[in-house]
Amino acid sequence: MTGTIEPTAPKRLTTSAMIASFADPGQRTSSAPFGHALADLADRDGRVVGLTADLGKYTDMHVFAEAHPDRFFQMGMAEQLLFGAAAGMAEVGLVPFASTYSVFAARRAYDFLCLDAAEPNLNVNIVGGLPGLTTGYGPSHQATEDMAIFRGMPNLTIVDPCDSVDIAAAVPQLAACEGPTYLRLLRGKVPTVLDEYDYTFQLGRAAVLRGGSDVVLVSSGLMTMRALQAADRLAAHHVDVAVVHTPTIKPFDAETVLRELDTDRLAVTLENHTVVGGLFETVASHVVRAGLGRAVVPIGLPDEFLAAGALPTLHDRYGLSTDKVVEQVLASL
Amino acid sequence: MTLAVDRSTVVKEAAYRMRHHVLDMGEVQGQGYVGQALGVAEMLAVVYRDVLRYRADDPDWADRDRFLLSTGHYAIALYSALAEAGIVPVEELQTYGADDSRLPMSGMASYTPGMEISGGSLGHGLTVAVGMALGLRLQGNGARVLDFLSDGELDEGSTWEAAMGATHHRLGNLIAMVDMNALQADGRTEGVLSIEPAHEKWAAAGWFTQRVDGNDADALLAAFDAISAEPVGTPSVILCDTRIGRGVPLLETREKAHFMRIDEHEWAICREQLTAGGVA
Repeated sequence: MTGTIEPTAPKRLTTSAMIASFADPGQRTSSAPFGHALADLADRDGRVVGLTADLGKYTDMHVFAEAHPDRFFQMGMAEQLLFGAAAGMAEVGLVPFASTYSVFAARRAYDFLCLDAAEPNLNVNIVGGLPGLTTGYGPSHQATEDMAIFRGMPNLTIVDPCDSVDIAAAVPQLAACEGPTYLRLLRGKVPTVLDEYDYTFQLGRAAVLRGGSDVVLVSSGLMTMRALQAADRLAAHHVDVAVVHTPTIKPFDAETVLRELDTDRLAVTLENHTVVGGLFETVASHVVRAGLGRAVVPIGLPDEFLAAGALPTLHDRYGLSTDKVVEQVLASL
Repeated sequence: MTLAVDRSTVVKEAAYRMRHHVLDMGEVQGQGYVGQALGVAEMLAVVYRDVLRYRADDPDWADRDRFLLSTGHYAIALYSALAEAGIVPVEELQTYGADDSRLPMSGMASYTPGMEISGGSLGHGLTVAVGMALGLRLQGNGARVLDFLSDGELDEGSTWEAAMGATHHRLGNLIAMVDMNALQADGRTEGVLSIEPAHEKWAAAGWFTQRVDGNDADALLAAFDAISAEPVGTPSVILCDTRIGRGVPLLETREKAHFMRIDEHEWAICREQLTAGGVA
């Protein structure tokens, strides 16, 4: 990390902006799918309110705020108040969606979410931006362990959407879900991928997006997009790959996943999260309970604090890029 | 002025009965937060006999004022008030702290009618109260939200997040009552973490701030009377200096302890002293 920077060096990847898009060049995207879905929902349901802790513009909550200014509440950079107040609103019958970054929701406001929202099983919807490795800002902003933190919270539903299609469908279902929920938000220009598949998001359900006889990839969040890309590439290597999308991490659709894993195919989990306490360990625990007695290969972030940098660089370094997924699958066969 | 005298008497008599309830519950368990509960009897008596709008036979009435007990360990005090209010039968107080009782040692909303939140992780109540006040106002509901907290909770940053949020959102329908009993788990408040000047801090946060003798029913009534009923406006806080063990000289003069031990033979003495003191 020493030495001078060549002033004449060619254009290089730099430390990404905090909210850099992870969409591939030329990929179809939708703008602020969460904000639009929430605004549309609020048109139909007068109970819906939106709150944020000084991150409205960075969690797409501003779209809702512009559409429903009387039902938007800016709570300031005060995450304990954000979620305590959201619980208070749910106590009187409203359906709050409260947004901040995932790191602040999971690490900073846990006690308030746990005791004020989850214990009374209130309809408080946590919207966490920058889940996993979706920012180059380093550990202060990278929520690499958010699902591990939240999975132990009773009553909480956890959703890790893949794309704009998932998000648009998930928002009304989260509102309809009686208890508290946590949405791993993808914001800004969000890839649109799943409309090409015979698939509709259903809360609590996993879905087989494509079949394959050699490998089964079980994935959630943006890693489902990578899994689908990897499956196409692996076909060129004469490897037939199935992809099972598990957007709801808790409660987990073990029945669907175990049915897919109860074969001789190579089984791999893919998650935008540390391999500790997230999708891999969720799957592994169900495999053990069911007595399947088989190996599962985890693809995910390492159990360490990650570096700052440009997202493509970091996704390559930590194994989340499509290239690295293909490499890891081939190495495991 | 006869009306004021009547209100005052009602509150004082209620506080006296509530203190007896507290001793009865304390004796069942042989321990508990009896000192604090005796200390706040006037505060809760004023709330439940004069201020709060509720229906004893319908604790979930949508238009009720919300009373939030942020200090979950004060549950014994609130149970005495809920009995006085007719929300919990007096005879049920004997189940305090027992297995399967609706009256657990630390207050929990899912257990007890009239218990709005599960306090106890301190510093939560005021944040929830802010949300309730915002929500009720949005719904056009004229109910008020009262959050009861302790001076120890002024240590918690979340209390001040909520204090600022309430001012910013002009929550005139929010009232905080702080039990300034000057005692925390590890000792006297001033030695644990200095919170004074508390009045100036709340006032600087934008709250209509009053500080009264929390064992003076008339002062408490006057403080509530001074609070505007406008839902959009300044939130109000009443800082209430209270004496731990109030009404029972044996406990008032005992070395102050967060969790007061009372020997088996002392319960009768406590009850005699309270009775002898009569309605304060």
